[in-house]
Amino acid sequence: MNELKKRRVELSHGGGGVEMNNLIRKVFFKHFENDILVRDEDAARLQFDGPVAFTTDSFTVSPRHFNGGDLGKIAIAGTVNDLAMAGAIPQYLSCGFIIEEGLEFAELESLVQSMAAELAKSGAKIVCGDTKVVPKGAADGLFINTSGVGTCIAAPSWKRLEAGDAIIVSRDIGAHGACILASREGLELDTELQSDCDTLWPAVKALLDAGIDTKAMRDATRGGLAAVLNEWAEARELGIEVAEQALPIDPAVQGLCELFGFEPAELANEGTFVVAVAAEQAEQAVAILQQFQSTATVIGKVCNEYAGKVVQTSPWGSKRYMELPKGELLPRIC
Amino acid sequence: MAANGITLEQLYNGFRDPDTIKMLLAKIAQIAPQLPEPLRIMEVCGGHTHSIMKFGLHQLLPDNIDFVHGPGCPVCIMPKERIDQAIALAQQPDVILATLGDMIRVPGSDTSLAKLRAQGADIRALYDPLDALVLAQQNPDKTVVFFAIGFETTTPMSAVLVQQAEAMELDNLLLHVNHVLVPPAIDAVMAGGEATINAFIGPSHVSVITGAKIYQAAVDNYQTPLVVTGFEPVDILEGVLMLVQQAIAGEAKLEIQYRRSVSHDGNLKAQQLVADYFELADAFRWRGLGDIPASALRLKPQFNHRNAELKYAQILPTDPVDDHKACMCGEILKGIKTPQQCKVFGRGCTPQTPMGSCMVSSEGACHAHYKYAGVSL
Repeated sequence: MNELKKRRVELSHGGGGVEMNNLIRKVFFKHFENDILVRDEDAARLQFDGPVAFTTDSFTVSPRHFNGGDLGKIAIAGTVNDLAMAGAIPQYLSCGFIIEEGLEFAELESLVQSMAAELAKSGAKIVCGDTKVVPKGAADGLFINTSGVGTCIAAPSWKRLEAGDAIIVSRDIGAHGACILASREGLELDTELQSDCDTLWPAVKALLDAGIDTKAMRDATRGGLAAVLNEWAEARELGIEVAEQALPIDPAVQGLCELFGFEPAELANEGTFVVAVAAEQAEQAVAILQQFQSTATVIGKVCNEYAGKVVQTSPWGSKRYMELPKGELLPRIC
Repeated sequence: MAANGITLEQLYNGFRDPDTIKMLLAKIAQIAPQLPEPLRIMEVCGGHTHSIMKFGLHQLLPDNIDFVHGPGCPVCIMPKERIDQAIALAQQPDVILATLGDMIRVPGSDTSLAKLRAQGADIRALYDPLDALVLAQQNPDKTVVFFAIGFETTTPMSAVLVQQAEAMELDNLLLHVNHVLVPPAIDAVMAGGEATINAFIGPSHVSVITGAKIYQAAVDNYQTPLVVTGFEPVDILEGVLMLVQQAIAGEAKLEIQYRRSVSHDGNLKAQQLVADYFELADAFRWRGLGDIPASALRLKPQFNHRNAELKYAQILPTDPVDDHKACMCGEILKGIKTPQQCKVFGRGCTPQTPMGSCMVSSEGACHAHYKYAGVSL
């Protein structure tokens, strides 16, 4: 039994022969099974009604398993969330695996199981896929690419942002980035930090079902909240004013930022989104989002001042830019 | 969440209380009219510069009190030729170059460690200098060179690194030492005679190690009040209040605001550790400030076998390399000019394309101004 558990992926598993066929059927088909996938055609035939959103993303994270998630969960949540942010129902996904020779089958299967569990949250299906095995050293264990399509039922866009719109975050910020940093080799922090990694479609669906006009939506992944707000402000040539005291930040995330000189607004999220709504719908939107995450809140507003910039106001009356993050995150020196 | 038994929340809780901050600001504003002359407070440490800009404290002080940024960022003051040396070391076959934080972003004459890493050089950004021990153990066929940087704050960790490497007989771990000292930098600013500094906020992390005593000579020599201050907004404003009170009373004293971490004598064990492995270097060329005598440390001769500068002397470039001519970093580090007075600030010189040292590190004066206040806020 132990020997079986320690079986590893070999180059032959990507060779197109018996071994690859076994891998696809015994791991991928087993967990992703659905009526379209099992047809086993060269391409999935799909039916849509109305405009369609289409997105793709590749996923690599170190470590592959972390508090609150793993690479498999991110690979599904990330693409499903991109569709949700476009106002589209996450329906069909493709999935490409680039596996480094030597990856344990048990780990691969646990990640695939994690993907299947995450798919269940939105009802999306994996309908086609691809597997490549590369020699040891050519990849960092496992890379996953997912693409997704879905029917659009709303059309949020930064182009619709207007002065006065309320800016809402769906939960506290920076949890994923802080969690990954804390689990990195060298820090050895005693922490209970959990990634926010999650599928956002149920929360987005609840907003749309309630008739909230989601003017703009974006999941605050790499670059965090600061990147989203700066991209919006710059693209729309309007300002965004954020109240520092309104930013929902878990004390553990803030503490880690203090220790290493990071800004929570610049840390990555994997299950947090920013949504702009008309001021009169803000209270209702927050109430809906709080049914999913109690920390959802209004953090600021779009304004005519500071065109192209995000300005953060402090509770003692000073102002500063919330800058677009630059370069790789490196801890301060002293 | 805890590190060494202290919860991380304790690092900042209470020190950003809006009411306390407003109360301190009101108190400063109330007595500031009594100042005999405008107070120009130099914060020597880049961490303070960063905090002042991040919390917008400079916006809230009366007109007759100004912050002036000083030469206290270990990345900013690194001359290009020393970075060129790190780059030359990283290009050697079988060398792993390890250093701290955003040092890898700093451009030398032609390139940076980050760009060199992208070309395939083995360059590691460490969180902790002691990680260099693990690197050396895991790579016995390579030479690990630790490019050691920082003020008195980080020097004890480099000393521990040497101590451990000696104890473990790790022959493949060398150091390129760039540890610099705060008091000579204060002297360099004041001795120039151009700066109109009449108060200092003393660095806090440095002082945890050295104790406040290292600033007594500066206070006596220049009759300038100096308050060792923490990094939080409440700390900084209380430090400013103490300086204002001294200036109004016509005093020049050394005081400690950051009493929860800093004593007069400091961490004697750490000081001894540094003394065991390092000695004063004759001079060090500071970026923007030029040669300052006895302003840096080097390994003691008995540790020459760990000195990368000696072992790789043949391949290390030594010619001084100045910043771009249009760059005013020298004047900014001396407190003569502000970042906004530099013609290239925020135009030709940005964090992505820094022309001068002050724009490079997140603790540099120009970088902090650009990041938090830009050219207009």
